[in-house]
Amino acid sequence: MQKGIDLLFENIAKIAAAFVLIVLVAIFWVLFQEAKPAIDEFGLKFLTNTKWAPNMDIFGGLPAIYGSVVSTFIAMLLATPVAIGIAIFLTEIAFEKIKTPVGVAIEMLAAIPSIIYGMWGLFYFAPIIRDWFGGNGLGLLTAGVVLSIMILPFMAAITRDSMNTTPDILKESAYALGATKWDVIKDIVIPYAKTGIIGSLILALGRAVGETMAVTFVMGNAHKIPKHIYDAATSIPVTLANEFTEADSDLYYSSLYYLALILFVISFVVIALAKFYFFRKIRRAK
Amino acid sequence: MIKKIALTITSAAVFGVCLNAADRINGAGASFPAPVYFDWAYEYQKATGVEVNYQSIGSGGGIKQISARTVDFGASDKPLKPKKLDRKGLYQFPAVIGSIVLVYNLPGVKDMELKLENKDVADIFLGKIKYWDDKQIKEDNPQVKLPHKEIVVVHRSDGSGTTFNFSYYLANVSDEWKNNVGIGKALDWPVGLGGKGNEGVSNLIKQTPYSIGYVEYAYKMRNKFSSAVIQTKSGKWVKPIEENFKAAAKYASWGPKNHFYQVLALQPGDNSYPIVAGTFILLAREKADVNKKVTAFFNWAFKNGDEAAKKLGYIPLPEDTKKMVREYWKENNIAPSK
Repeated sequence: MQKGIDLLFENIAKIAAAFVLIVLVAIFWVLFQEAKPAIDEFGLKFLTNTKWAPNMDIFGGLPAIYGSVVSTFIAMLLATPVAIGIAIFLTEIAFEKIKTPVGVAIEMLAAIPSIIYGMWGLFYFAPIIRDWFGGNGLGLLTAGVVLSIMILPFMAAITRDSMNTTPDILKESAYALGATKWDVIKDIVIPYAKTGIIGSLILALGRAVGETMAVTFVMGNAHKIPKHIYDAATSIPVTLANEFTEADSDLYYSSLYYLALILFVISFVVIALAKFYFFRKIRRAK
Repeated sequence: MIKKIALTITSAAVFGVCLNAADRINGAGASFPAPVYFDWAYEYQKATGVEVNYQSIGSGGGIKQISARTVDFGASDKPLKPKKLDRKGLYQFPAVIGSIVLVYNLPGVKDMELKLENKDVADIFLGKIKYWDDKQIKEDNPQVKLPHKEIVVVHRSDGSGTTFNFSYYLANVSDEWKNNVGIGKALDWPVGLGGKGNEGVSNLIKQTPYSIGYVEYAYKMRNKFSSAVIQTKSGKWVKPIEENFKAAAKYASWGPKNHFYQVLALQPGDNSYPIVAGTFILLAREKADVNKKVTAFFNWAFKNGDEAAKKLGYIPLPEDTKKMVREYWKENNIAPSK
């Protein structure tokens, strides 16, 4: 009897695990099938063509791909140092009394729905960018900054948690040897928490690359590779959100799937690379 | 006892659902006429008890859904050509007329103070006229104080029937537009920012100084935007006001022979505003019973809905067009039974 239940449980667990893989493969398969007409039509030129003219059935994905990559890059560039700074402050510098409120505030920031960041970005932040940098306020830079604020709490919270796992005995030993606070952070805490920090970067990157609503609000929605960093652009999820319901020609529809496939591959490759790196580090540490 | 109650409840529920299905019409499509359809649906339900459920998902979506037969009627701002209607097995007729106006956010310049030649409108959207004080604009506006500021062009980012009608107008006033950009619901815009929906464009214009864009007239009224005086087909100045929209609508030469296929932009006449657009209803040919319910709704709206349409900034169909639509229904055996 007991054995029977064990077996049953084992099989259910197996099915559940297999299911994840099946879904992953199925999604890839559907994307690929739907994108097939566009792949046949444009091939790899789709990746380098900058013209997107649905009324002429000409589709090039480069502006959207460029927008996705650059806005994510800006977001990571701005968010990473700040997130690590927050984490260091919370684990090594702050008094007990303010640790909790600041920590909670950061977690609350993570709970704000992305559309609210979008609204804030459009109505309050875009005019600031317009006044400081020029342009009309909506574009890559605004999107990048809004994204960086969105991913900051994830990064900061996970980084803090992994820094917290540094054994006190290591830190105390270092202090006992005359290390300064900076030495301890630089040579003990950060190396120890490295894998956790990288993990948080991956998660944040995943969110930034796929973020749709907030970016749709502030990106400017122009299928162009912008001349300046503050000019209007578009990204893959933004293009999909804007145009999918209205895509009436088959090639249009298929080209949007092609973009979705590219987004899928980008996130897949980024996460796979990071994981690979991440696991190697852990193994080496052992 | 309990069984009995359960039975009553179940049968009531089943009956209720049946009743519900019979008294409901589902439609989907264009967002351009959505405000007036919502209003008509609300009044129609009050008057007859029949619920009309309209989803404003865009013209492309409306065409797609009626082609897949997932709704009772589709709505599109872009008329389908007779050939396409035959292929998809659809009927088509116009429901109401709307107008597209050029709205601007130009501090210090009031509503209808700015005059733009049709060709200049095309040049602005082509990115050839870059500054507000360009001499092409100055020429026509000697009294207006135009700042030396870059023009921020705002267009739709989603596929849109409004864009189709607007680009049809631009292509007919500018060869350069016709050859390089063309006509369509989604375009390769030479310049500018994109907003999602008429609402998105309105928001961008509201908060971006020195911007210009195109929206359905109802959105101009709702947001109290300033809109530009443009030109008739023959080059006379024409204000974006109801009277002139109506003057243009008068020239609609819609006919049942080609399922009312006609784009209304640039009609002749001295007071015809150049960018008016019909918006169309699509029906599945094989669904006679459902179609009768849909035509009953629009027949009611043609009779009782003109005031509501006007109040929202639309133009009701001219009476003879309405008559033709009713004949079209009769010919195809989809006229309302009562």
